[in-house]
Amino acid sequence: MEQVFKRPHALVDVSEHYCPGCGHGIVHRLVAEVLDELDIEGKTIGVAPVGCAVFAYNYFECDMQEAAHGRAPAVATGIKRVHPDKVVFTYQGDGDLAAIGTAETVHAAARGENITVIFINNAIYGMTGGQMAPTSLMGQVTQTTPYGRTEQNQGFPIHVCEMLSTLDGVALAQRTTINSVKAIKETKAAIKKAFQNQIDKKGFSIVEVVSTCPTNWGKTPVEAMKWLEENMLPVYPLGVYKDKE
Amino acid sequence: MSEKVLMKGNEALAEAAIQAGCKHFFGYPITPQTEVAAYMAKQMPKRDGTFLQAESEVAAINMVYGAAGAGARVMTSSSSPGISLKQEGISYIAGADLPCVIVNIVRGGPGLGGIQPAQSDYFQATKGGGHGDYHLVVFAPSSVQELVNLTKEAFDVADIYRMPVMIMGDGMLGQMMEPVEFGAYTPREIPEKTWATTGTEMKRKHNVVNSLYITASDLEELILERQKRYDVIEEKEARFEAYKTEDAEIIVTAYGITARIAQTAVNKAREQGIKVGMIRPITLWPFPKKAFAELDTNKVKNVLCVEMSMGQMVEDVRLSLDCKIPVDFFGRTGGVVPTPDEVLTKIKALYEGR
Ligand SMILES: Cc1ncc(C[n+]2csc(CCOP(=O)(O)OP(=O)(O)O)c2C)c(N)n1
Ligand code: SF4
Repeated sequence: MEQVFKRPHALVDVSEHYCPGCGHGIVHRLVAEVLDELDIEGKTIGVAPVGCAVFAYNYFECDMQEAAHGRAPAVATGIKRVHPDKVVFTYQGDGDLAAIGTAETVHAAARGENITVIFINNAIYGMTGGQMAPTSLMGQVTQTTPYGRTEQNQGFPIHVCEMLSTLDGVALAQRTTINSVKAIKETKAAIKKAFQNQIDKKGFSIVEVVSTCPTNWGKTPVEAMKWLEENMLPVYPLGVYKDKE
Repeated sequence: MSEKVLMKGNEALAEAAIQAGCKHFFGYPITPQTEVAAYMAKQMPKRDGTFLQAESEVAAINMVYGAAGAGARVMTSSSSPGISLKQEGISYIAGADLPCVIVNIVRGGPGLGGIQPAQSDYFQATKGGGHGDYHLVVFAPSSVQELVNLTKEAFDVADIYRMPVMIMGDGMLGQMMEPVEFGAYTPREIPEKTWATTGTEMKRKHNVVNSLYITASDLEELILERQKRYDVIEEKEARFEAYKTEDAEIIVTAYGITARIAQTAVNKAREQGIKVGMIRPITLWPFPKKAFAELDTNKVKNVLCVEMSMGQMVEDVRLSLDCKIPVDFFGRTGGVVPTPDEVLTKIKALYEGR
């Protein structure tokens, strides 16, 4: 009998700690499938963030480093400068990439550091229990915005792909999501391109995945997907913001 | 390369690092260590290495983390305010058992402080600096030649014990021109870096560079394991120089450039018939406790610790002596350098009152 569905080789055979309906699990699988399809697991070094994906170093079969909160692009830079012919990627949440690690993100992008960045935008801090993220929406209630995010108090969400697309060092800045089979396929294609760009030495590639955190949004997985569609996608339009040919 | 060349401390340090096989340097400009980065920027591209000016010291030390984890010999250099920023990364590097070399050309603090030579980062270097139970090996050279030798050795020690090594200098040592010989250091035996993230090539289980251990007992076990390594280092790597101590009734102790000043004072005092000697710690961690603990309490009446700070190493001197000999302190701070005459006056007062 032909096996039509199996665990990607690059994904370690353990049960992940992610909550039901969480986008992290889906995106992990997509990254692993891409590592398999491009046959680069053995020459890839990944960098895990601080955030819910902190244990990503246990989930990918390739060599991994665990970075301090927000520093993954700097750590990746160090690795890439040592091994320019290896494939280096970071996997980061919105607090990691767009709050505490903004400088590291922007400068790795500006340098055109030849790395791949997988960015999970779930509009909240998952790991620490649901505080405001730089990508939290206007009016969004979180543990640290109990009256909702306001213009006067917290200001506006950061649009990472739009911002980074202004930098010459960026080869690819694409925003995708995971709310349907089609969307998941598009996300995988974007991730594959972001890795292929690195192999082709095109420079910094980032895929921002608009994702879910049912646990800290206080929703069921189904409600969370609906909330993503109704609230996040209008603020974070999907699309290719930069594609340097 | 065994003939002597005249070189500035900061540049000699950078050259020594390259000769030791340092292939990657990540830094951010700050006075008074800028020549290190400038030398690296010029030399690295010609010598098969990388120099990268990072966006901050925070980024620089995390680039060091990545490069060290990837198996390379790597260095960063900065001065006090920049070293404060690097503390997060240093703690992670210690926690992930990564070897690297960190240079602190110390200036006056706290805050922005000043740009003149100081030794007020002793506590930060030897008592932690970042969070958690960890140590750095800290070398304190007092001449450009020693700076060169210890820089080379720093890479070996870092690799042997899988830990960060700090070279503590100051603006004076960094700017000073002295004749140096580069062939003077014999490399030590280095273990293979089987733990480095170099890509599995599908031939081994994945390597993980990490400092997170969510189960308390796992973390404790690892820290105890590391502590055993620290114990070996305390036993084997503590280093000092003793100068005219045999018949001394007064012992002056100082490190780095301050030891050069103190030595001049000791020589002047000897000319006046004062029985004074000097102990110069070369490693600040591990602190050369034995050098003090083994002093003859019948003969030595006083120990005088001289520093360019309000008194930081003096605490380790007192702990090593365990109250057996009275310890006095003389220091200038904020970038003010003590003069030999000031130290001499202090020695004389102690000698007369002994
Ligand atoms: C220096 C530092 N500050 C704060 C924290 C606590 N912390 C851990 S994860 C996190 C936020 C993670 O949120 P995000 O990056 O959005 O990832 P998610 O958990 O949502 O996937 C914070 C603030 C830390 N570990 N280190
Ligand atoms: S807390 Fe949120 S981001 Fe974290 S695993 Fe659960 S659902 Fe995912």
